[in-house]
Amino acid sequence: MNIVVCIKQVPGTTQVKINPETGTLIRDGVEAVVNPFDEYAIEEALRIRERVGGTVKVVTMGPPQADSILRGAIAMGADEGFLISDRAFAGSDTWATSYALSNGIKTLGKVDLVICGKQAIDGDTAQVGPGISEMLDIPYVAWVRKVEEVSETSIKVERLMEEGYDVVEMPLPGLITVVKEINTPRMASLKGKMKAKTAKINLIDAKSMPVDPAKLGLKGSPTQVLRSFVPERKSGGEKISGDVSVLVNKIHSTIQDLGVIK
Amino acid sequence: MGIKVNLEKCIGCSICVRSCGTNAIQIIDKKAIIDLSKCTMCGSCVEACKKYQAISIEKDTSSTIDITQYKNIAVFIEQREGVINGVSYEMLGEGRKLADQLGEKLYAILPGHNMQKTAEELVKYGADKVFYIDGETLSNFQDDTYCKIITDFINKEKPAVFLAGATAIGRSFIPKVAARVYAGLVADCTKLDIDTDKRLLLGTRPAFGGNLMATIVCPHHRPQMATVRHKVMKAAVRDDKRAGEVIETKIPNVVSFERTKIVDIVKDIETTVNIAEADIIVSGGRGIGNAENFKIIRELAEVLGGAVGASRAAVDNGWIPYSHQVGQTGKTVCPKLYVACGISGSVQHMAGMQSSDFIIAINKDPNADVFQIANLGIVGDLNEVIPALTKAFKENR
Repeated sequence: MNIVVCIKQVPGTTQVKINPETGTLIRDGVEAVVNPFDEYAIEEALRIRERVGGTVKVVTMGPPQADSILRGAIAMGADEGFLISDRAFAGSDTWATSYALSNGIKTLGKVDLVICGKQAIDGDTAQVGPGISEMLDIPYVAWVRKVEEVSETSIKVERLMEEGYDVVEMPLPGLITVVKEINTPRMASLKGKMKAKTAKINLIDAKSMPVDPAKLGLKGSPTQVLRSFVPERKSGGEKISGDVSVLVNKIHSTIQDLGVIK
Repeated sequence: MGIKVNLEKCIGCSICVRSCGTNAIQIIDKKAIIDLSKCTMCGSCVEACKKYQAISIEKDTSSTIDITQYKNIAVFIEQREGVINGVSYEMLGEGRKLADQLGEKLYAILPGHNMQKTAEELVKYGADKVFYIDGETLSNFQDDTYCKIITDFINKEKPAVFLAGATAIGRSFIPKVAARVYAGLVADCTKLDIDTDKRLLLGTRPAFGGNLMATIVCPHHRPQMATVRHKVMKAAVRDDKRAGEVIETKIPNVVSFERTKIVDIVKDIETTVNIAEADIIVSGGRGIGNAENFKIIRELAEVLGGAVGASRAAVDNGWIPYSHQVGQTGKTVCPKLYVACGISGSVQHMAGMQSSDFIIAINKDPNADVFQIANLGIVGDLNEVIPALTKAFKENR
């Protein structure tokens, strides 16, 4: 089976700090990491390869330095890394990103299964996975929390919904987006790290894809950021300690005053 | 088109250098120089340079579609087992407001089966025109089918704005619709507005786990699409006097657009109250200590008529299913009341609950981070406080 995993380089978000003077994000010194949700996608691809055989190719779109996350995936066990990178892609929104990635994937030959993390932790949109499935014209299942069965021609998965899950069968080729519950990603082995160091990363630029240049990057993006701002932080209110009865009375009366109980 | 530094305005302060996520900016001779091979044109530096306005991104504003053909506001009505999801009433309420601001009509589109009565009801909730698509294959949500129905609707009716709830269903298939019709889609909005001069939809949404808000527009593509977070817009109020039209279309059973197949639908949520829609959520974290003790959370939730939530730690320990997890890797919730019990308040957890109207935190550690955002902080032993609180509510609501 030919599996493709789409991954993204993001800033390690827990370290994101706000500059109090300018009110903007300080990304200085923030390490760029692979999007955490994508690690579950890589892991699941490796597990499927272990079940049915095949290859795992990892693909990312980004600036040249994004090759580090491809090497990270190779260290975990992926076979090959592809960097989709070109000045023409700069400023892409989710539509243009889906367009570039899906066309990049088209250059990889026969693909049976595409796996994406459910969303990236910087943009939080969850739109690129479904966008790729649409542009590749393959079926898709979102929010996959378990792969029940998989063969060369079909996959049976559990899709996480608000109140439980749906069991869904999909013929391949197809695309799934995975949630955190699906697995625990493995650590890279020493051998894997050695391999990753010297692995060749394949570059895919705009010229090597069957694309309409008008649909790339900033120009091809329907959405524009009008402005961005830091939300007003909730500041802590009253904090009390003391006898249990005092605490209970305080909570009881507070909730009653809110008038939220039906 | 491109990113530019106005060298006269740039004072070389290097704020932009620190704002850049791809290390594409350097200060050379006291001026910001952008390395175009590294820049992704994300706009962070433009924002960072607000004071001096030395950096700008210019966009080619040519448009290939005739946007004047597009008019009216359309909302997707989501049903499960024939019951309308609460967020759809919120979309009707918000959609009505936007339609009135623009002086246009409000459309509702409902795919379902045997729901004629419900479709008529939507008029009372503000829809001028209800497009009810009936078919056996539409009773349960499936991506290909729903995507085809909505795409056909958009191509035929040409709404200027299309809204859907940011639910598991909405966020699954609406991005496919946007990809197919080449429309801009703003995900998970917490605020919508209209620029009445330009007749543009302004969608404001959180990013970076809620650390940054962005207002997004789609000037040259139609429809302007948005998924909207539940519980942030006011639900439409039923008005018997409202009149409107219901247009029913039947999809024959033999017609299938679907490539996937639903084998089973399993509900594993413990309470009948869905945490995404709950007005009150009682959540437990590591401080609960063990699986058995989680019952004190369930009991308090029950007496308050609320849903049960959990932190990642509680879920990872196997105390409660993942469906209950609140936070960046779980669900984002915004109830009227959130009671955090034994939750220290990791950045990831707070990203999922900080937009709650009122937060009460109960924790024995007075320095727990959760107190920084709690409206009421209770420093105490949850094993004593929670059962006593449950008792107090049982005796006197």
